[in-house]
Amino acid sequence: MPVLEVDAATSGYGQMEVVRDLSLRVDEGEIISIIGPNGAGKSTAMKLVFGLLKPWRGSVRFLGEDVGGLAPDKLVRRGMAYVPQVANVFTTLTVEENLEMGAFTLTGPLGERKRRVYELFPRLHERRRQRAGQMSGGERQMVAMGRALMLDPKLLMLDEPSAGLAPLLVDMIFEKIEEVNAAGISVLMVEQNARKSLELAHRGYVLAAGRNELDGPGSVLLDDPKVARLYLGG
Amino acid sequence: MTTAPRSSPLRRLADLLTGASGLWILLAAVAAAVVVGSFVQGVEPQRLLSLLVRGVMLGGILALGAIGLSLIFGVLNLPHFAHGELMTLGAYLAFFLVLLLPSGAPLGPFSFGIEFLIAVAVVAPAVGALSYGLDRGVYRPLRARGSAPIYLAMSSLALAFGIRSVVYLVWGADFRFFYPGRARPAFELFAGIRVRPDQLFILGLALVLIVAVYLLLERTKLGKAMRATADNAELARVAGIDTERVVAFTWMLGGSLAAIGGAMYGLDAQMRPEMGWWLLLPLFASVILGTIGNPYGALAGALIIGIVWQVSTAFLNPAYGPGVAFLLMILVLLVRPEGLFGARGKRA
Amino acid sequence: MSEAAFVKGLLLAVPASFVAVHLFGRLGRLGAVLGIAVGIAAGLAATALLPSGQIGYVASFVLMASIYAVLSLGLNVQWGYTGLFNIGIAAFFAVGAFTTALVTTRMPEGPLAAFSQQAFGFGMPFLVGVLAAGAVSGVVAWAIGRPTLKLRDDYLAIATIGIAEVVRLIFQNERWLANGPQPLRGIPQPLNCLTQTDGCGYLPAAVNAFFSPLTPRDYPFVYLAVVALVLVVVYLVLERMIESPWGRVLRAVREEESSARMNGKDAAAFKIQAFVVGAVIMGIGGALYAHYMVSIDYSHFDPLYATFLIWVMLMLGGSGNNRGAILGAFVIWGIWTGTASLIDEIRPALAAISSDLPARGPYLRFLFISILLLAILRFRPQGLIGEKRRTS
Repeated sequence: MPVLEVDAATSGYGQMEVVRDLSLRVDEGEIISIIGPNGAGKSTAMKLVFGLLKPWRGSVRFLGEDVGGLAPDKLVRRGMAYVPQVANVFTTLTVEENLEMGAFTLTGPLGERKRRVYELFPRLHERRRQRAGQMSGGERQMVAMGRALMLDPKLLMLDEPSAGLAPLLVDMIFEKIEEVNAAGISVLMVEQNARKSLELAHRGYVLAAGRNELDGPGSVLLDDPKVARLYLGG
Repeated sequence: MTTAPRSSPLRRLADLLTGASGLWILLAAVAAAVVVGSFVQGVEPQRLLSLLVRGVMLGGILALGAIGLSLIFGVLNLPHFAHGELMTLGAYLAFFLVLLLPSGAPLGPFSFGIEFLIAVAVVAPAVGALSYGLDRGVYRPLRARGSAPIYLAMSSLALAFGIRSVVYLVWGADFRFFYPGRARPAFELFAGIRVRPDQLFILGLALVLIVAVYLLLERTKLGKAMRATADNAELARVAGIDTERVVAFTWMLGGSLAAIGGAMYGLDAQMRPEMGWWLLLPLFASVILGTIGNPYGALAGALIIGIVWQVSTAFLNPAYGPGVAFLLMILVLLVRPEGLFGARGKRA
Repeated sequence: MSEAAFVKGLLLAVPASFVAVHLFGRLGRLGAVLGIAVGIAAGLAATALLPSGQIGYVASFVLMASIYAVLSLGLNVQWGYTGLFNIGIAAFFAVGAFTTALVTTRMPEGPLAAFSQQAFGFGMPFLVGVLAAGAVSGVVAWAIGRPTLKLRDDYLAIATIGIAEVVRLIFQNERWLANGPQPLRGIPQPLNCLTQTDGCGYLPAAVNAFFSPLTPRDYPFVYLAVVALVLVVVYLVLERMIESPWGRVLRAVREEESSARMNGKDAAAFKIQAFVVGAVIMGIGGALYAHYMVSIDYSHFDPLYATFLIWVMLMLGGSGNNRGAILGAFVIWGIWTGTASLIDEIRPALAAISSDLPARGPYLRFLFISILLLAILRFRPQGLIGEKRRTS
């Protein structure tokens, strides 16, 4: 059974249609990368999956159940986690409090869960009492991912995790994504950095003007001359 | 390609002035101007110190309103224009209960009896519950319908005038005093500073409540979730925080604190139906000065506004108090609209 | 029909004709002629058929509603077309009223000077006063708009509360400026001389003769024609502006299309322009009010009457629609004055509840108006007539 299955979904803002007949699938243990030019509807696709937008047509199925338009907090309880591209940490809260907020729905002690996140991101443990607003871009991205991992999600969704980061940090974040995935969490991400994310991904989808253009294993897409010309810079 | 170096001294000065430190410099300048101004006007230092103490007390009252206003502003993205009226309502309802309860002897040096404390203890949760009820009846249906935030703001304006009309209807337009003719004389605290016992009580109560709010926000899960939602409501929803529960709790807390603040203001000065509307301006000034959505910022803002308001009476017509708060707010908006604790450019 | 009734009928025909011409607008020139004919007929019929007490009431009702309509039009430029949340209308209302008062009165002399103080008094004509009122109000709007309009929307709302409070505090406390807490008296009424036995010295004898049947009590009829004329001019100018490219930009700013079509700085510049234009109109409305009242003080500009009521008018009529703004002013002013007499009717019932209540009856109206606004926001946010659909 696929973790996530989007079938011919159409959605947008107000009257404006942004994604049309979008179909994608995430299987257990996969890293899926969505690439495409600016304005192709990548972020909109993520918002659609995460219930921030309702599908006008088509369906979104998560773990076999139709979740189209279900509110985010319900999806979080079912095992979906989402890291937005910008403003993805609570700046006035400490690192530790940020992590606690990721597990708001749980009652009881969170020590074990926090320990696992700190294991993945030792840097966060060092700085757990610091306010997230005072941290660097790479550290914030770790806080945001750590927050999303607190509930042991089945599916982690990342919106442009490498945006605005220095190249060294980009590698680090991608490594972390691989580690997370190795722990059995499926990952769906949108990336501007097409080459790197396709190298990492099991499969990729190419969006253009809100529609599926191409899909296939990451390595195949990397070799596709059309993808190379359009999105990989030659 | 390299970015142009930003090392010219002028540039650095400009950055300094528009940074958070710029606001502190501004506040220091205001303080210096006040001291110099009163020296020139020949205001006695004792008078200035007394006004400072009274300013801290007024700041405490304002903080009780401003903390809730800031949280509501952050959590719901709503400038709650009826917040002053919650203070009015708290004062008048406490007044109503004080008249109803058997009148006890004044407690120690204070002007009020035990019935006043009982009244406040009853009224605070009642106004908190009423605030939540208003949210359910007025704001939530609008949120559910996806109304633009500005329509919620306008609804709060309508509520402000509605509540004020009710106060006029029930209690009339005249001044009211909790204990007419029972004012206790001011005594000398130290170094020539004169305060009334009631004012010390108000200051103490405000401090206790602020500490309690601090513990609530820092130590409880719901408190942390309130701060998180006020900081970034969109992310709070995404993170799986039950934001409607946070909203309910925010109203209860904000309404209760406002009611106590209103009763304290009524005890110190007098009650009139317009008091909430007059207080609204200093409240918003405190919230903006201390960065929207930051309850500790609201406390700092309220203390600053309270002190500047009181001390300005040394050389200004006291009627202009709210005007001084307004002026300070405009200066903040000019220099650093994010307030003392905001990330640059985040909110503006 | 008495001569006085005939003259009054013709004066009433002024606003009636405007409405009729507007209604027949589609018929072109014929519509204009027809409209004027219908307006005159309506005015004359009203004075002929209604007893003079009632017709006087109608005149003063239409007069006040028209003044409020001017204010509501001013707010419509700011809120309806540009989305600016101004809750300090009272500031511009008051600034306009006091400006024209100071410009058109003369400095008190002799024994009066001991009781009445004002900063200056130029004794200028009505029109100069009205224009000065608009100008000063616009300058105040510019001063408050510049620091706040480039920030998030709610800051403007908060700042306008502040400016309204400060303006009220100044007019309440500064005796030297406009007689402080005491009313500023003797604001001249334009064309009041028409109702005097001597007539107006600057008008031809024939005109004076025509109006000679009027007595000073009939002044509202004369002023009604003046106010109606100002209202129509404001309306037509605004309609022109709104349909112009400038108006289109304002709507784009409101819809937050700014990012697509212009940068933030330009958007802020247009917001300031709209804010100032709206404030100028509010200032003119304040001036019209002052010349009708003859004497004004700070208490006339309580936020309840001078801000909140105007918001309800615009929201009920339909923001983003100038006709809606005017309609709302008339409907709400009708409800406002109508409920006053209703509350008079139920005085005994109120007295039965509490002996204090009849005296506080007026506040029932505010409660009602507040609930009305809540209901509009909940159930019909577009108002009675919504915004015209435009193809852009």
